[in-house]
Parts: sequence; structure tokens; C-alpha cells
Amino acid sequence: MIPIPEVNLGGILPALVLCLAGLVVMMLGLFIRRGAVATAAVVSIAGVLIAAAANTPLRMMDKQAFAGLINLDAYTWFFNLLILISAGLTVLTSVRYLTDDGLDMYEYFVLLLFASAGMMFMVSANHLLIVFVGLETLSIAIYVLVGILPSSKKSKEAALKYLLLGAFSSAVFLYGAALLYGSAGSLGFPELAKYFKAGQISRMAYVGMGMVLVGFAFKVAAVPFHMWTPDVYEGAPAPLTGFMSVGVKAAAFAAFVRVFFQSMLPAQMNWIEIIWLLAALTMVLGNLAAIVQDNIKRMLAYSSIAHAGYLLIGMVAGKEAGPAGMLYYLLAYTFTNLGAFGVVALVGRKGEANVMIDDYRGLAKTNPFLALAMSIFLFSLAGIPPTAGFVGKFTIFSAAINAGYIWLVVIGVLTSAASVFYYFRVVMKMYMEVPETQPAELQFSPAMLLALGIALVGVLYIGVFPTNYLNLAALSVKPLF
Amino acid sequence: MINSYLPVLVILLVSAFIGLAIIVLSTVLARRNPTPVKLMPYECGMDPIGGARRRFSVRFFVMGMLFIVFDIELIFLFPWTTVYDKLHFFGFVEMLVFVLILLVGLVYVWKKGALEWE
Amino acid sequence: MVTLQHYLFLSAILFVLGAVGVMFRRNLIVILMSLELMLNAVNLTFIAFSRYLGSIEGQIFVLFVMVVAAAEVAVGLAVAVAVFRQKGTVDVNEINLMKW
Repeated sequence: MIPIPEVNLGGILPALVLCLAGLVVMMLGLFIRRGAVATAAVVSIAGVLIAAAANTPLRMMDKQAFAGLINLDAYTWFFNLLILISAGLTVLTSVRYLTDDGLDMYEYFVLLLFASAGMMFMVSANHLLIVFVGLETLSIAIYVLVGILPSSKKSKEAALKYLLLGAFSSAVFLYGAALLYGSAGSLGFPELAKYFKAGQISRMAYVGMGMVLVGFAFKVAAVPFHMWTPDVYEGAPAPLTGFMSVGVKAAAFAAFVRVFFQSMLPAQMNWIEIIWLLAALTMVLGNLAAIVQDNIKRMLAYSSIAHAGYLLIGMVAGKEAGPAGMLYYLLAYTFTNLGAFGVVALVGRKGEANVMIDDYRGLAKTNPFLALAMSIFLFSLAGIPPTAGFVGKFTIFSAAINAGYIWLVVIGVLTSAASVFYYFRVVMKMYMEVPETQPAELQFSPAMLLALGIALVGVLYIGVFPTNYLNLAALSVKPLF
Repeated sequence: MINSYLPVLVILLVSAFIGLAIIVLSTVLARRNPTPVKLMPYECGMDPIGGARRRFSVRFFVMGMLFIVFDIELIFLFPWTTVYDKLHFFGFVEMLVFVLILLVGLVYVWKKGALEWE
Repeated sequence: MVTLQHYLFLSAILFVLGAVGVMFRRNLIVILMSLELMLNAVNLTFIAFSRYLGSIEGQIFVLFVMVVAAAEVAVGLAVAVAVFRQKGTVDVNEINLMKW
């Protein structure tokens, strides 16, 4: 008789709810003749809300489940919530997009829900196997989603590039995991931590650690492993691009931090300099490349690369303050970027015909509210008070200064000053210029308005009253140490 | 150390000799009487239709993809069968859930018409 | 005697071969095959370590890697077919609407 491992279905209930909602949508869509997209959206939102409710008990927990494979703690709780927020907002911004373009693709929501469930497993992992399975559940769903636009050649091309580079990076990650397994004898985080603490670290383990790091760097789009990002972000449907830039990035960072802080902290001296370098390169190259872009999706893609750089500073800063800053930053970034990409999807209109920065000329005249919202999102991305983006940058930079990484912060401050230039270019276009031809009227849907409203309130509220959220972030990283 | 490889060397030589002998003897001794039927490429006993370098229909790819995915899921059944009698009812239910999820996928594929050839 | 080192060398060579294939081959199908080679090199490493350490964990990992690899290849083929229908080619050099 094999002892049956402790099964704690309650702990992974949020992910289970999302999976179930995905299956339900999949079956419903087959049997409903008209309005499959709307029904799918409603069921998805319901699934997200139920999952959020199921997620609340995790906040108070601090334990393992499934024979030590899954972590149920405040860190998991925080990221589950973040994933649910980004999934919910993405559903809201996508409805119009899918019905507008006459795509009767309820599968979009199925894949979105499965991807979110994969992310949840990734952030709660206590074993590299779970990280891998979550990562791939997420990635495979996203590969398909990127290429879902049937008539767009760019979308297919983006899917192809993402798939090839994603699979390549997974293979590198796996090889690293295999080498770590050979050195430590197990891939559970506690066993890895014990191995690294014992001090006799083999060269093979260092190589393995490096390859795992490269795998994560691909997923979070850190320079020099960022090549796929601009193309994929440009080709994917705009609401999905928003999801990738926040949800996928947050999940990847969550697992990145968890793996490196929970299991490899004793070897910190060896990886911290690599991450230092990655952070510096990412900030400089991301911001410089964003300046020369004409396509707003490409510009936001490079901006998202740059933000990965700022987040990496939090990892370098370490202690508890660094990761806590990252958590707050990711929360702020979720609202900000989803809002910005919502506007991009809206202004892009049918078939994403208007995604150049020039298409934003005179937006303030025709749609003052939309222009104001976009300006606030861009201010937040640039890190200007009183938005959430400012507090996020401030927290991460001060954590890094306290840890003694002055030069990294200098680079960070300089590059974010440079970033103001390209964010303001869009704002200038909206307020100071007039379009050459009068564009067609924008079609607002209630769902899109709701999403933009939530994002806007989020950005401002978290920015003006950050204390609670900073405390929450600090609380959530406690289980890592 | 090197001595222990000696048998390997002997076997290599012997097998090379036997292989060569068979080829040489059969070319020297065999009678040759080719007919068109004998020279035809072998395709499971059927008369070949057309060249072998034709392009495949794209439908093969769809079938192939579905086959790969559903086929490889079987992999999880193998470890399960080896400990089936030790897992009792719990293991049975677990596998039932797994197969049910696969079934949902099958229903989806079926309803979407991916299994229709035409 | 075939030792652990032999297996590790073999799988390292296979992995590098696969990586080189991904980077330098231009045919999409060949690239997918190279990816598969990389993943199988990983599997070989896991199995070798699993045998060497006498722990079953590596073998379980391999099962998951195989399933994921199959799913990835299925999606890869699907995307390849979709791209081929639109562009009539599976040469990655000609799939360049956007700059890399």
C-alpha cells in the first residue's frame, strides 16, 4: 500500500476553478449557436470571481501540500490575485475586440483561463517540476493565442517566433534543471536549498543554475534574451499583448524570485552579478530602442522590456525590501499596462488598422476622456507622481540604495528620465497635434469602459494611498525567507 | 584493461567476415532473372500508385497533430498501471478525472469536425 | 565500462547539436526536429542521473517532458501549417514581415 500523499484540493482551488471554467466554456461554445463569445466572457468572469473568492484563505496559510510540491502561502496568494486581476481585465478588454472583428472564437477565453491556471501553478511551485509544468501550460496556451487572428499574417508570424524561441528557452531551462538534479539529487526547493547551504557546490550545479537563469531571463524578456518580445507584442492581438506584458511577466518573475531566493540564496554571490548586468543592459537597451519606434505596440513592447530591467533591480537589491518592491511594482504595472493596452485595442479599431503613434494625433479633441486615461497610464509608466508607477520605482530604487547598489540606481534613474521622452511624445500627439484625416468614431463597449475605469482607479488609488499595498507586498514576501 | 577489449575485436572481425562472405557469395553464386514485377517498389503488397515524392495533404498534419497529443497522454497511464492495485479507489478516481478531461478534448475535436476527412 | 560521464557527454553533444540546428537551419520542420533533439538530450541526462542517484524523481520529470514536448510540437506543426497556407513556404528566412 502506497501512502496516498496529502491531497489539499482546497489549496489549489483557484487554479481548479479556472480549469473547470475553461472546460465549461469549451463545451458551452460547441453547443451555443449565437453569442458564443459573450457567453464565454460571462462564464470566464464568473470563473475569475469564484477563483478570487477561493483564493482568500491562502493569505493566512503557510504550508506545503501534495507531498511538498506546492507552496500555499501569502506569496502564492498575492500572485494568484495579480493573475486573476490581469485575467479578468483582459477578458473585459477582449470582448469588443473579438466581436468587432467578427471572430467567433470563444476558444480565446478557454486558452486565457488555462494559461492563468498554469501561471498559478508556476507561482505556487515548491519543486522545479511544477515550475516547468506551469510554465508550459501557460506558454503553449499563449503560443496559440498569439496566432489566433485568422487573417493576420503578422499574428501567425508572431506565434511562430514566440513558439520557436519559447521552446528553445524551455529546453535550456530543462537542461539546467537536469544538471541541478544531478548535483543536488532532487529538484524540490528545500532539498536544493540544503545542497546550496552545505557549501560544496559542484561546477555542474553552477552551470545548471546559469541555464535556469537564462531560461527565466527569456521568459521575463531581459536583454540580451529579449529578441522575441517586440515582434510577438506587435503581432499578437492588442488585449492579449497587455496580458502577456503583465500576467505572463508577473508569473515568470514570481517563479524566478521564488526559485532563486527560496532555493539558491546561499549561492547569491554567484548569481547576483549576472542579474546586475542583465538589469543594467535591459534598462538601457529597452529604453533606447523604445525612443525610435513608430508603432505604439512596439514602443510599449520595448517599454515592457525596460520595466523588466527595473524589476530586476529589485532582485539584485535582495533582502526582503527588494522582492517586496517588485511585488508592489508588478501590482502597479498590472493596472497601468492593461489600461494602456486597452486603449491601444480601442484606438486600433477594426483589424488593428491604427496602431501607429501618429494615429493618436488629436485624440484629446475627439475623445477627451480616453486621452486623459492614456496620459495617466503613460505617466505611470514613466514613473511620475501621483501615479502607482512612481511609488513602484521609488520603492525599488530605495531598496537598491539601502543594499548599496548605487550605480544600478543611477542607471535606473537616468534611463527612466530618458523614457519620459517617448511616453510624452504620445501625450504631445494627443493634445498638441491634429490628425490629417478625420478617423472613424470609436466604439466604446460597456466591458471596455469598465476595464479602463478599473485600471484608472487602480493606478491612481494605489499611487495616492500606497501604504496598505506596500505593507501587503512586504507581508507577502515573508514566506520566502 | 586493454585485454578485456580483445573479445570485442574478435567478434568485430568475425562478424565483418561473415557479412562480407554472405554478400560476395550471393552475388557470385545467385542466378539473376529480373522481371518488371520483381523490380517494383514494395508497398505492402499493393501495386504502387504514383511516385513516392508527392506532397502530403494538409489533412494528414491535422490527423498527425491530434494523434500525437492523444497518443502521448497514454504515457501517464503506464506508471499508474504498475501501482494500480496499491492505489486502490483513490488512484482509480484520479485516473478517471484525467481521462474525463481528455474526453472533453475529444468531444471538442469531434464537434469541430477535425476528424472528418472531407 | 559505460559510466555516467559517457551518458552526460553524449547528451551534452546531442543538446548542442539540437541548439545548433535551431539556430542555423532554415526549414521550420527541421527546426522543430532540432528542438525535439534538445529535449531528448535533456531526457537522457535525467535518466542517467536518475539511474546514478538511484532516485525515481528524474524519471518522473522525463514523463512530463515527453508530454510537454509532444504538445509543443503539435502546436508547432499547427502554426507551421497555418504559416504555410498564408505564405506558401516554411523557410524561416522568408517569414519576415516584422524585423527580428
